[in-house]
Formats: sequence, structure tokens, C-alpha cells
Amino acid sequence: MKSIKNKVAIVGIGLSGFSKDCKKTELRMACEAIKDALDDAGLTPRDIDGMIKQTDDSADEHAITSAMGMPNLTFYGETRWAGAPCGMVMQAATGVAAGACHTAVIYRAVNGGSGLRSTPSMRSSGQLSTADLLHWAFHSPFGLMTEQGAVAMLAERYMYEYDIKKDQFGPITVTCRQNGAKNPNSAYFKKPITMKDYKESKMVTDPLRALDCYEKFDAAAAFIVTTPERAKYLNHPPVMILGAAQGSVPETENMCGYYRDDVTGLPEMAVMGKRLFKMAGVKPKDIKFAQLDDAYTPLVPMQLEALGFCKKGKGVNFCGDGKKIKAGGRLPVNTAGGSLGEGHIHGMNHVIEAVHQIRGTATLQVKNAKIGLVATGAGGPAGGLILGR
Amino acid sequence: MEYVKGVPLLRPYIDYDNQEFWLAHREEKLVFQKCTYCGKIIHRPKPMCPACLSTDMEWIESTGLGTIYSWTTFVYDRAAYPGIRVPYIVVLVEMSEGVRLVSNIEDVTSEEMYIGMPVEVFFDKVSDDLTLPKFRKRKVKK
Repeated sequence: MKSIKNKVAIVGIGLSGFSKDCKKTELRMACEAIKDALDDAGLTPRDIDGMIKQTDDSADEHAITSAMGMPNLTFYGETRWAGAPCGMVMQAATGVAAGACHTAVIYRAVNGGSGLRSTPSMRSSGQLSTADLLHWAFHSPFGLMTEQGAVAMLAERYMYEYDIKKDQFGPITVTCRQNGAKNPNSAYFKKPITMKDYKESKMVTDPLRALDCYEKFDAAAAFIVTTPERAKYLNHPPVMILGAAQGSVPETENMCGYYRDDVTGLPEMAVMGKRLFKMAGVKPKDIKFAQLDDAYTPLVPMQLEALGFCKKGKGVNFCGDGKKIKAGGRLPVNTAGGSLGEGHIHGMNHVIEAVHQIRGTATLQVKNAKIGLVATGAGGPAGGLILGR
Repeated sequence: MEYVKGVPLLRPYIDYDNQEFWLAHREEKLVFQKCTYCGKIIHRPKPMCPACLSTDMEWIESTGLGTIYSWTTFVYDRAAYPGIRVPYIVVLVEMSEGVRLVSNIEDVTSEEMYIGMPVEVFFDKVSDDLTLPKFRKRKVKK
């Protein structure tokens, strides 16, 4: 099968800080992140002829082209849900590889801390998609209407099936916060936590504690992809896309999936991972670091299982006391902190940290980080990337 | 469960695919969709049988019996629906027909909850125009 492997490079990245109230519109946040990504690459708005947005973002492609004076946009599209960061990169890369555009930007800007909250859906009910309606219709009348509640029921079942004890998800959030504490851009810079803090953290939706769940922030991020030929003339060594995929299977929905045989198996992540590793021509053991969806701690071990880093039911053992997933461990995870330890911009910062690792410019640089994986959208529509030099 | 007065109730979205499910509650019946062609029992309702793609569907009345497949207690009010007083329990019930549905359980505390608990349906007339299927612990003869 023909693929986009090695045909597209990530050449520019931009990431805002994480604020509880940035006093800027989402359009301005998006434009600033895109400008940072253009400057990082050494490009101008005139160079952009492709653009992929996240469906829920208020700042749409037409507002961006107007605000930034982009006269050459000829390819644009969108995708949705938590898997979007990797999915958007894949769609932009598909446009570049197919010759539908030459240089494409991907962005997200969400005022989650101050403005519109992202759950429930930011769209008005008149705009709900059929998948949304199914999701809300059968859950919200019973008071199940937050991600924390939805993931809690997955976690409870996961603990039951694999004999996972109370507090065993703790080392995941502790590791992310320890990584983020060393990252000057993190909302939690110099604010590590311990297992004691975790155990004392308030119960939100049993068994999830506050420290199992991400916090909302105002933040924005952007990336730029182009051809390897053009990348040669830009500011940084190109970060090559070796594999890219999305995943959706029967009964996939945002943070749920209660109606399938295996509730805790993340089958959309598994189908995505299968395609991803095949396209890249590598195996989990070849991966030097992983940026995983850590919006909620139980999703991290579930992803490690679904992506084949360990056997089913062994994800919590893999994470253990955090030794294997720390910087310097067998598989360093979320080296800039991720959603729990850097800040939440819906997985966009996970892609940015992967680019830093491959470039060799990460704060917690993994040795020999020549190939790495990003996964977004655990417990819902999934997206993944394998990046390399 | 204690509903908070003044907060609008969340109502199901009823359409041609699912109306039989929701409307049956008014007659205190729990029904599931069944494919007339291949016999698959389906929940949530779908326009087409995902196993055989038949659109020929019937509705069967459930035994109302099931077991707890998973559950959570909403403890912190900001992560909960403001129309129900915390703490409240949401359950995922596996019915004897093999399908699962999200609901609530009454007369059981968080401490008493466990996966595998036998439950049975009852109908909660939440308001004049909204009746919801909910569950209670069921005694099982040994």
C-alpha cells in the first residue's frame, strides 16, 4: 500500500502559555500560535496554502486567513474530538503528500480556563451532530454529563477486570507533574506533587480524584507541515512523519464506549495503532518516547495496552511506581508533562513535545530520541503519529 | 436521588430511530430493539442492524433484570449535573438480554455498590412529562 511515510515534515511549532484567563479572544490566541509556528519555521502567511482546524474551534479558517492576511489558501478541512491533534496533522500531511497543498498549518485555540467550557459540547444544541445527540440523549437524563463521570465508569470496570487497587493510577499523574515541574512553559513549573498529595486529593467521580483529571486552561498551539524538499531551506532539521492514522470503530464516542464487548480495551486506539505501526514499519520496542493522552490517568495504561507496549491488563504494572515511564526509563512518557503536568490544550502540546524530542531541543531530552509516538483521543475517536528524523 | 428544583431537567432527544424506547417508559415498559431478520438485540437504538444491515426492526419488552457492569458516584458538584444533588450514583447495567444501558440506582449507598450486583428496573416519574427507567437492588433466590 502506498502511504505518506517520509513524504511530509513538521517544520514549525508554536505553543502559548497556560492561563486561567488570558483576556484574549480565541481568534487572537490562534493567530499568535500560528505566527509563532511560522517564525519557528522561517515562513510567512503567504507561504500557507493548506489549513486544518478542529471542528469545535470558534476561530475558523476563514477568520484566520483574514486576520493574518493569507492570500493563497486552497486546501482546508477539519476533524473532531480528542484524537484531533494527530488526525489534523495526518489530514494536512495527506494534502501535502497528494500535492493538494504545499505548506499547511494545523491549529487549536481554546479558552477553556476562562471562557466557554469544552464539556458539554461547546456547540449550541441546534448544531449537535448525530453522534452527540446519541451520546447526550442516553446519558444526560441520568446525570451522566461530564467526562470525569464517563471515564470513572470505564476506570471502575478496568479496576475490576484486572484487579487494580485504589491509588494505583497515582504514579502516572505524579510522573507527569514531575516532568512538568521542570518545564518553564508548564502551568505547574516548579510544582511537583507526591503520592501523598495524590492520596489527599479530593474525590471527584469515584474512583477518579481531582489529580487524576486535567484542569482547564486558556491555551493555543499550531504546527506547520510541508514537503521534505522545502523543509531543507527552513530553520530546523525536519521532523519526518513516519506514520499517521485515526481510529473509529462501532460504539466509539467521546470518553465512553459502554456498549461494546470490551469496554476497557480502547478498540479505536488499537485499530489506529495497528495502521500506524504498519505504515511506519516499526514495532513498539523501537519507540524511544511516547506522548500519550493523559487527560485522565486510567487512560494511560489502557493506551499502553491498546498500542501493544504491554499485554492486556498489564498497563498499570507497566506504569508501576513511575520508573519505566520517567525520563531515563524504558519508555519515557509525556516528557514535558502532558495534560496533567504541563497543561491541557487537548493534546496539541503532546505533538509539540514530540517535535522537540526529535529535534533534540526538549527540556527533559531523551537520549537517542530518533523515533517517537504521539497518541491523542484515548477513550474516544483516536489519532496517532510516529515521528522521526 | 434528589432533583434540585429550578434546574431544568435534561430530557432525552427523541427521534424516529429511538422513539419507541423512550415512549414505552410512559407505560412503565422497558423495551429494546430487535432485528427481525437476524434476531440481534440492540441498544442504543439504531436505524439499521449493525450485524446484518436489515432495517426491519421490532421492539421487545425487557425482563427488566440485569446486573451492575460498572458504576460511579458523582461526589464533586462541579463535575456533576447541577440538577441532581451530589452525591449520586450512575450505573451501567448489563441486562439479561445482553445489552447495556446507563441509568441510576436508588436505595443503595456507594459503600454497598459492587460490580455484579443483581438489579431490577423500576420507573421514576421525574415530572409530568418525563418517566425514566431506573434500578433497584434485586434479591436473588439461592
